[in-house]
Amino acid sequence: MSFHPNEVSRRARAAALICTGLIVLLIGAFFRAQILRNQQWVLMSEENRLREVPIAAPRGTIYDRKGKIIAENVVGYTVSVLAQSEDSLRGTLRRLAGTIQLSPQQSDLAVRRYRRAPTRPTVILNDASFDIVSVLEEHRVDFPSLIIMSAPKRFYPDGPAVAPFVGYTGEISETELLLPQFAAYKAGQQVGKQGLEKEYEAILHGQEGSRYVEVDARGRVVREQGAQERKAKQAGSLQTNIDLELQQYMYQLFADSLVGGAVAMDPNSGGVLALYSNPSYDPNKFTGGVSFAYYDSLRTNPKRPLYNKALQGLYPPGSTWKLATAAMGLQDDVVTLDSHMPQSCNGYYYFGNRAWRCWEKAGHGSLSLMGAISKSCDVYFYQLGLKLGLSRLVAGGVQMGFDKKAGIDLPEELRPKFPDRLQYFNQKYGARNWTAGAVVLNMSIGQGDNAQSVLNMARFYTALATNGEAAKPEIVRRRPERAKIMNLSPQQLEELRKAMMGVVSAGGTAASAALGGGVALAGKTGTAQTASLDRGKTCDHAWFVGFAPAEAPKVVVAVMLECGGHGFLAARVASAIIGKYLGVTPVLLMQTEGD
Amino acid sequence: MARSKVSVDWVLVVSALLLSLYGIAIVYSAGQSDIPIAGYIRNAWKQQSIWFLLGLIGAYAMSRASVRMIEWMAVPLYAFTTLLLVLLPFIGKGAGTAAGVKSWLVVGGVRLGQPSEIAKLTVVLMLGKLLASSKDPPKSLVDLWKPALVVGIPWLLIMAQPDLGTGIVFVGIFFAMLFWSGISWRLLLLLASPVVSLILTFNTQMWGAWFLLLLALVLWYKPYLWEGVFLVGANVVMGVVAPLLWEGMKPYQQNRLRVFLDPSVDPRRSGYHVIQSQVAIGSGGWFGKGYTAGTQKRLAFLPEQHTDFIFSVLGEELGFLGVVVALTLFLTLFLRIIKIAERANDSFSSLVAFGLLASWFVHVLVNVSMTLNLMPITGIPLPFFSYGGSFMLASWLAVGVLVRIAHEGRGGKHGPFAI
Repeated sequence: MSFHPNEVSRRARAAALICTGLIVLLIGAFFRAQILRNQQWVLMSEENRLREVPIAAPRGTIYDRKGKIIAENVVGYTVSVLAQSEDSLRGTLRRLAGTIQLSPQQSDLAVRRYRRAPTRPTVILNDASFDIVSVLEEHRVDFPSLIIMSAPKRFYPDGPAVAPFVGYTGEISETELLLPQFAAYKAGQQVGKQGLEKEYEAILHGQEGSRYVEVDARGRVVREQGAQERKAKQAGSLQTNIDLELQQYMYQLFADSLVGGAVAMDPNSGGVLALYSNPSYDPNKFTGGVSFAYYDSLRTNPKRPLYNKALQGLYPPGSTWKLATAAMGLQDDVVTLDSHMPQSCNGYYYFGNRAWRCWEKAGHGSLSLMGAISKSCDVYFYQLGLKLGLSRLVAGGVQMGFDKKAGIDLPEELRPKFPDRLQYFNQKYGARNWTAGAVVLNMSIGQGDNAQSVLNMARFYTALATNGEAAKPEIVRRRPERAKIMNLSPQQLEELRKAMMGVVSAGGTAASAALGGGVALAGKTGTAQTASLDRGKTCDHAWFVGFAPAEAPKVVVAVMLECGGHGFLAARVASAIIGKYLGVTPVLLMQTEGD
Repeated sequence: MARSKVSVDWVLVVSALLLSLYGIAIVYSAGQSDIPIAGYIRNAWKQQSIWFLLGLIGAYAMSRASVRMIEWMAVPLYAFTTLLLVLLPFIGKGAGTAAGVKSWLVVGGVRLGQPSEIAKLTVVLMLGKLLASSKDPPKSLVDLWKPALVVGIPWLLIMAQPDLGTGIVFVGIFFAMLFWSGISWRLLLLLASPVVSLILTFNTQMWGAWFLLLLALVLWYKPYLWEGVFLVGANVVMGVVAPLLWEGMKPYQQNRLRVFLDPSVDPRRSGYHVIQSQVAIGSGGWFGKGYTAGTQKRLAFLPEQHTDFIFSVLGEELGFLGVVVALTLFLTLFLRIIKIAERANDSFSSLVAFGLLASWFVHVLVNVSMTLNLMPITGIPLPFFSYGGSFMLASWLAVGVLVRIAHEGRGGKHGPFAI
């Protein structure tokens, strides 16, 4: 080497410069990472070690009109796992299946939940029993990534009795998550699926809280981070118009034998006192995920418990609709309550080239409108319908709201079927394939292209029970909404009510349904003759819509019994409901009854 | 010799002592975790302390040995180490994460150490002896065949293990000692050009620009004709063989290079180490998360926290301040060794001192840069910090040699730091 001192010190200076330069560069790089970009890396480090564990908020309590509890929360347990990857989740599930009962469906569900929200703890059991929780706590060490939490769980003390209007809750589905109203929701959360729970989700859903746990690189929970806990906020409660006692009574009344729906309303406020569909289901079994077996048993039950017969079921209203025909005749001055029709009833009415029969084969003779209502004489209403004409029948029906939903605050209600304009028939049958006469005859007695929900019939009768204004049915207590649907004078309404009282007095079609205690019941029976096909057989649905006390109605009740036969059966059920509400007992008269 | 008192270069010794103690403290912290970790990692600091004490004894012994004796030993030591490296594929064992690399010498089930650690020392001695033997530095590429051979043989044997990291250290030692011997920088540049070519082939335009620059350099430097042809040829060949080399690499090596360019291509596996290391260091801030309290380390996000990535632990727990202290200590050590090399009594001593410096410097540069993804990951330890007995011992033996060289050099006995 060249070892001249000058050269050596020149090289030493160069070497010192390179060394110092590179170390300074390194320090610069650390300054950039640790000081300038500190925030970014701190965030990543926190993301690494902290996992947010959501704390479910208790849903709002639902009360009846007297402050009794319809839906509340009880203590339940959820079991979730903090998974690093799908593989590690599957591994944990496999090991869990060796410790507790875990069906393959539950495992699959957990994997799907993980895929939807991999950063949240994946829920394995939404509603774990205390036994399972104690077993898991015992094996805590074997499952370090497991999170067992007590979580409020929805509970309906009256179960099936309230299910038809309160609905149930369940885990938010994949399709729901895509909807704009669920934008703030996360996979795994509970939402209202039916009934009030769904309708008032925004009110009943509380605000989810959260806490943090510290995890290691493999996702095992190392410790809790208590300081950063955000408490869950309880949701607001719901005050309803429901009379829980009446609702329970309806449930008992239908029991196992009757299939159908019933609605009780306050005719003045529109408040729904009770709404029931039989058979019902137990909404508590849906909380935290319905079991496949239970759901399947509901789905395959021929009586269709999941189909709400008061809201979704649409049935021809039959004779209960004769009050609409009568009201139209009165408001257009076509008839008065005393008017007789040209042809008296001998069991048949000849129109076109066929005989249209009255339900009473023996005939009713010559009747006034008053008598025709209490006897439900078809021949009288055929002629009244023809006097009104098709366009007035259709326009009147639309005016009375038979083509629209009643507007109850429940998501299940279906829009009734009713021709909303004359064009309807041309579209449905073709311009040449129908005659106004036949359509009018059918329509005037509530048959033909007319299918109403039990609820909508109840709404219609609130107008008859009051001043011609129909009350919008409402479950949750709020300001009543009423709309005039018929132009009748107070006297005319009074007379109509008297006619309906005749229905449930001696000689009427539902005389056996009369109430005792000096309380007058008014209403109208109906037998829906277009039969629904039930396993190839035809059957008639029984209707009764009525109110009491007839002079100043406090309650309107509509009852429809699927394949219930004649209307008087429905009338007895309705009478019992009204009696229960008003605190009087029905008088059972043995009497010839009819449609 | 035995009785004479050896003056001690305290700047050198104290900075090395502080680095070692700092290192042991971090190795202790690396064993503190929230999750159950292997007992040997928890107790690594005890092992490291024992090796440190052994190193001190070794360093004292080395400081008592005359440089002449060391020079005399250079050839047999070099021959012995080379022999060990040759035999290693047959008698070696893998260890830890690099189980496939047979770099450990095991006798009777006891791991004695990695011969490549010793090879770093002996190659420095041998190259120093060779370069010191001629009065002038190598003037042309032809003159370089002997130094190239001295480094090349162990280098090839180590690259074959394969131990890329140690291989880089050898290249560093080679270039640094040639530079210190007074070789012209142009020759050094030409010599390095094939390596630059190899790296730049990943981008054709860059390689083209580099090649034109190289042609200009060759014309300016005017080497022998065949030398020039050889150089240009070597660069072209490198450009051609680079893709072949790439193909020949093991998948994990390819991944390391890919991940170096962009760690996010595989954040869960290949990119994981370097991402987590950056998270650890970056989240340290000015003063760190506190000694032994680094969350990245405690919760096992940081891999190899006691060996290759120990500097990340330091960065996370002691922050920028801790990093600056460590790097300043290293710089103090390096500048002091340059001073020792400058003042050395003879060219052998001077070259050896500078070679030892180069070895440490490359280790520090490559290891620390790797923790911030400034360089691709190569399994190369950090001197005085990374847990590892033979490296600690070898480092302190080197300190001993440097003490002796400083003692014999100008400013030794009578210098400002003499006792």
